[in-house]
Amino acid sequence: MGTGKALRLGANCDVDVLLVHAPEAEKRFMASGYGLERREVMYNDFVLVGPPQDPAHVRGLPVVAALKRIAQKKALFVSRGDDSGTHKRELSLWQRAGLNPKNFERQGWYWETGQGMLATLRVAAEKGGYTLTDRGTFIRFLASEGKRPRLVVLVSGGDELRNQYSVIVVNPSRCPNVREEYARIFVSWLTSPAVQREIGAFRVLGKRLFVPNARP
Amino acid sequence: MGYLSEGIIKAFDLLLTGDPETFSAIWVTLKVTTCSMAASLLLGIPLGFGLGFFEFPGRRFLRTLVDTLLALPTVLIGLLVYALLSQRGPLGHLGLLFTPEAIAIGQTILALPIVVALVATAVEGLERRLRLTVLSLGANRSQLFLTTLFEARFGILTAAVTAYGRVLTEVGISLMVGGNIKWYTRTITTAIALETSKGEFALGMALGLVLLLIAFLVNFTLSYLRRYR
Repeated sequence: MGTGKALRLGANCDVDVLLVHAPEAEKRFMASGYGLERREVMYNDFVLVGPPQDPAHVRGLPVVAALKRIAQKKALFVSRGDDSGTHKRELSLWQRAGLNPKNFERQGWYWETGQGMLATLRVAAEKGGYTLTDRGTFIRFLASEGKRPRLVVLVSGGDELRNQYSVIVVNPSRCPNVREEYARIFVSWLTSPAVQREIGAFRVLGKRLFVPNARP
Repeated sequence: MGYLSEGIIKAFDLLLTGDPETFSAIWVTLKVTTCSMAASLLLGIPLGFGLGFFEFPGRRFLRTLVDTLLALPTVLIGLLVYALLSQRGPLGHLGLLFTPEAIAIGQTILALPIVVALVATAVEGLERRLRLTVLSLGANRSQLFLTTLFEARFGILTAAVTAYGRVLTEVGISLMVGGNIKWYTRTITTAIALETSKGEFALGMALGLVLLLIAFLVNFTLSYLRRYR
């Protein structure tokens, strides 16, 4: 599930521990007292992908400039629109570009699918649109595309596209049913040197996916 | 009980305040279901009538085939239409994938077997007694044909109501070939799926009640028609 739903389940006391990737929302979650402890686990990155012809000419631009140009050209942009961590990041990037999707979501070039990343990538591929995706899902998407993929990475790198994953123990003083002890075992396991090494070695279709960065 | 009562209140709130997103989904839903119903009735009534009225070799087999198609899962129809309309499929050049038209095509495939099967059943049920009566009154072949069609009208209405219930509530086709795109192909059912996945259970419940309300209005109108004919 997406981070939005995960955090909500945490706030509802439906789960003991969360693995999420939306730092801003997580900080609000902690500030509201829903979480007991939050620790960074690993990161990978988001990438802006689009058709190889790149109709809006955004290849190699910084991501904020790329978004501005897409909006200026009214080139099709496909958003997840599902309140997930990826969607939240996309919205914060639009904000940095000085734009608010609420103002153009009805103009026909900005689509919200309200679906998962893979479904959103398929819509972008079919319609020749741009989208923001996490690299892991994009690697899996490419594997299903065959020799001539309809989407390629156009913008990557930089702090703005870093995708930090953290683990949060739900606060037992708000939610007495939380099994704090087990949650803590899970957290220390995820952040232990051995598991951190495993995370760094993990590959999907031959490509490394995460950089472990838990502080010991 | 919390989500249910909250959902009921929210349903009224969405309708009475004229929430634009909700009304967009209602509009898309009505638009695509009207198209798919028109297409499936236009094709299905003659086919069903033919299947129920005429005797021809292979009729029994065709009947079994149509009955089997009643069990077509919506995800399979979705997949089929996706494969046809995808850029990499045979009809990709039409650019119909992720449009309201694509949903209407899928829903027509869903509704067609229902209309054919129920119309055929209605005609079969009438036919034997009616044929004797009408022919003994000295009617010719085309009069027999028209009388049967007229007498089967309630059966046809039942077929339409049943098929409408199915296309109105399906989510597999709409999600897969419509893409749930806000302001464009988002229907009430795909909006429910989205709100549920976002954890907005009360809003999902409210949209479900809106859907039921539409179904009620449609059926109420049809039952009124039935009484005064």
